[in-house]
Amino acid sequence: MKRVLVLTLLLAGCGSPAATSTGGDITVFAAASLTESFTKLGTAFEAAHPGSKVRFSFAGSSALAQQINQGAPADVFAAAAPANMKQVTDTGAVTATPATFARNTLQIAVPRGNPGRVTGLADFAKADLKIALCAEQVPCGAAAKKVFEAAGVKAAPDTLEQDVKAVLTKVSLGEVDAALVYRTDVKAAGGKVEGEDFAEAANAVNDYPVAPLAKAPNAPTAKAFVDFVLSGRGREVLIEAGFSAP
Amino acid sequence: MRSRLPVVLVLPAVIGLVFLLVPLAGLLINAPWATLPAQLFSQEVGQALRLSLICASLATVVCLVLGVPLAWLLARSDLPGRGVLRALVTVPLVLPPVVGGVALLLVLGRRGVVGQYLDQWFGISLPFTTAGVVLAEAFVAMPFLVISVEGALRAADPRYEEAAATLGASRWLTFRRVTLPGVMPGVIAGTVLCWARALGEFGATITFAGNFPGRTTTMPLAVYLALETDPDAAIVLSIVLLLVSVAVLAGLRDKWISGPS
Amino acid sequence: MTLQAELRVERAGFTLDLDLAIEPGEVVALLGPNGAGKTTALRALAGLLASTSRIRHNGSTWDGLPAEKRPIGVVFQDYLLFAHMSALDNVAFGLRARGTRKAEANAVALRWLDQIGLADFAHARPRRLSGGQAQRVALARALATSPELLLLDEPLAALDASTRLRVRSELGRHLQDYPGHTLLVTHDPLDAMVLADRLVILEHGRVVQQGSPRDVVRQPRTDYVAHLVGLNFYRGVARGTEVLLDDGGTLSIAEPADGPVHVVFPPSAVSLYPAKPAGSPRNTWQAVVSGIEQHAHTTRVDLDGSPSVLADITTATVAELRLQPGDALWVSLKATEIHTYPR
Repeated sequence: MKRVLVLTLLLAGCGSPAATSTGGDITVFAAASLTESFTKLGTAFEAAHPGSKVRFSFAGSSALAQQINQGAPADVFAAAAPANMKQVTDTGAVTATPATFARNTLQIAVPRGNPGRVTGLADFAKADLKIALCAEQVPCGAAAKKVFEAAGVKAAPDTLEQDVKAVLTKVSLGEVDAALVYRTDVKAAGGKVEGEDFAEAANAVNDYPVAPLAKAPNAPTAKAFVDFVLSGRGREVLIEAGFSAP
Repeated sequence: MRSRLPVVLVLPAVIGLVFLLVPLAGLLINAPWATLPAQLFSQEVGQALRLSLICASLATVVCLVLGVPLAWLLARSDLPGRGVLRALVTVPLVLPPVVGGVALLLVLGRRGVVGQYLDQWFGISLPFTTAGVVLAEAFVAMPFLVISVEGALRAADPRYEEAAATLGASRWLTFRRVTLPGVMPGVIAGTVLCWARALGEFGATITFAGNFPGRTTTMPLAVYLALETDPDAAIVLSIVLLLVSVAVLAGLRDKWISGPS
Repeated sequence: MTLQAELRVERAGFTLDLDLAIEPGEVVALLGPNGAGKTTALRALAGLLASTSRIRHNGSTWDGLPAEKRPIGVVFQDYLLFAHMSALDNVAFGLRARGTRKAEANAVALRWLDQIGLADFAHARPRRLSGGQAQRVALARALATSPELLLLDEPLAALDASTRLRVRSELGRHLQDYPGHTLLVTHDPLDAMVLADRLVILEHGRVVQQGSPRDVVRQPRTDYVAHLVGLNFYRGVARGTEVLLDDGGTLSIAEPADGPVHVVFPPSAVSLYPAKPAGSPRNTWQAVVSGIEQHAHTTRVDLDGSPSVLADITTATVAELRLQPGDALWVSLKATEIHTYPR
C-alpha cells in the first residue's frame, strides 16, 4: 500500500513536461446521459495523466447548471444541451467558449419484439398505442417536439416522463409500445429495448457542449480533461456509446 | 404556576423548529411575488392542484378503508408471524418511491403479474391513469396510517371491547362503536400523515402513473418539471402546494377540535 | 330456575375447578385472595375466556357461546364506561346492541338513570362523573338489558372509603330488587358480608368453604378466611376440655369436644401481662412481641409463642406495658372465649 503511494508520488513528480502542470483532483459535472461514457473517459484520463483523479457528478443538466450558479466547486461542466450551457455562461460561471464534443440523435425505442408493431414516427399518433415521451421541459422532450413538428405528426403520448431513464423503464417493462429517446439511451439499455432510426431525427440533433469553469479549483487539469474529451481517444469512447461526432 | 422550561429541551426544540422552517423561509424569500398571482390562477396550476387534492384524498380514503382493518388485524389478532407482517407493512416507507413505482408496474402494469389479466379480461390498464396515481399514492402513504392506527389500537384498553361484548355487541358493532371511536385520535393523526404524504408523492406516482397534464400530472410532478426550465415557477408551485395543504390541515384541525369532545 | 355452572379453566400452573349454583334473586359472593381464580371464574361465566366450562340455565346451555350471546350483565372493576358516549348512550348501548330501537332504548336508559338518581347527567360524558356516579351508571348499563346473570367484578374497589359506604348500601338495594342471579367477585370481606346471601371462598382455584356470611364468620375453615374475619385460628385435636394444637401448644376450652377441631377466638379476647398473671384464666403462656399495628381504636399485637397469637389491646395498655418488638409477655385467654367446631 505504502509502496504504491510512493510510486504514485514519484510518477507524479517526474512525469513528462506536458503533464507537470496537471494532476490532482478535478470534479466534472456531467449530464446524466454521459454516465457510462464519461466514467470510461475518466479512467482513461487518469491513466494518461498520472496523479490526477476525476470525480463525477452526474445529474440532469439543468440541475447541474443551477448548482454551478450557486457556487458548487466544479472544474468542468459537460451539458446535454447548449441551453443548459447558456445558463452558466450567462452568469459568468463559464467564460471559456464551450466546445461541442458529441451529438446525439433520437431513436424510436420499442420493447423487445416490438409488440406494438411500430415502424415509424407516424405510429406515434395512434391512440390505441401506449406512447411515452420526455416532458418538453427536459432536452429529450424538446427534441421530440421538434421532430414531430418537422414530420407533421400529432403525437398522442400517454405520459410525459421527467427523464430518459424513466421513459426507458416503461419501454423495457413493456408498459408502452413506443417512445422517443436518444440513441445512446437505447444502447445503454442493452437488449431489453430495441432502437429504430428514422429520417426526421435529423431535425433535432442534440449538441453536447463542454467547458471548464471560470472558477475551477484546478484549472490546468480541467483544461486537460476538456482537451481529452475532444481528442480522438475521447471521440472513440463516445461513438462506442452511441453518440455521433460533431 | 408554570414551571420554567428546561434549557436542555428548549434549545434543541428551537434548533429543530428553525431547521424545519428555514428551508420554507428560503422558498418564500425567493418567490417571484410579482408573477405569483398570474401563476397562481393559470390553468395548468389549477389543473395540477385540483388533481393533487382529488388524488391525495382518494388515496387517503383507500388507505382508510384498507389500512384501518389491517391495523386492527396487526394489533388484535394472534396471527402467526405478526411481527414479520408488521415489519413488511413498513416496506413502502423505506423503499425509494421510484422503486415502489417500478414494483407496482411489475404487478399491476400492462404486463404485470396481475395487470396482464386486468388488461386481458376487463380491459383495465392502470398505468398512465388517474386511478394509477391514486394507487401509487396509496401504496406509499398507507404505512403512515397503518402504523399510526396500530399504535393507537395497541395502546387502547381491549377490556372496553370485552365490556361491549358482555352488553351483546357483535365484533363489528364493537369495532364501529367502541374500538374505532376510542382510537380516533390515532386514526386522525394517521389520516393527516397519510394525506400529506400522498399529496407530496412524486417518485412512485411518476414511475407508475406517468405524467400527463390533467390526467396524472399532480403538483409535485409539475414542480419537478418546472424546475427543469423555470425555477421561479417551481417555487411558486411549491408555495401553492404548501399553502393549500396547510390551509386544509389547519381547517380540519379546527373542525375536529371545536367538535363535540 | 337455578343457574348451574361447572367452571373448568386450565392454564399453565393454574386450574380452576369450581361448581356454582345460584338461585334466582340470590347474591353469591366469590371471595378469595389474589390469584385464587375469582376473576377467571367471572370471565368464564361471561364467556370472555375459552374454557371447557358447562353452564346450564332454564333448560338451555351456554357452553361455547361468546359473551355477546349470553344473557349477562357485567359491572367491571373500573366500570369501563365508554368515554366517547354520554351516560345515556352507555346505558342504552346494550339494548341497542341487542336490536332495540333507539327511541325505546333511550327511554329505558333514561328510566334507569332516573332510578339511580342521575337523570340530570344523561348527556354527561363519563369523565365528568364522580367515582360513585360512574359506578351507578355502570350498574345501570349492566342491568338495562335485564340480564339473567349479573356479574360484579370488585364493584366497589375503585371507590374511596367514604363513597364506598354509601355506594355499597345503594348497590345492596338494587341487588335486592334484581330478580336474576348475581355473582359478586370481591376480596373485601365487608362487601361480601353486606351484599351477599352466600359466600363461596376460593383458594388456588378450588372452593375451600361456602355458606351464609354468618356461618363463615363464626366458623372459618382456612387461615385465609380466619384472617378475613379477623379471628385467631388453629387446628387441633380435642380431648374433653383440652385441645392439643397441631402447631404446638394446648388450650383449655369450656365446652368439651372430641376429635379433630378448628379453634377460634377473637383477638380482643386476649389479654397481655408483663408477669404471669395469677387467678382465674385457665390459659396462660409466654410469648414474644413480633409486631405492633395501630388500628382505629385498638392496637393489634402479633405474638410468637406456642401458640402464636394476635391480641387487640387498648392504647392505654400499650402505654402501660411500653410495648416493643422483642418483649416477652404473658398471654392470658379465658376458656369461655374459645369456640371449637369439628374439622
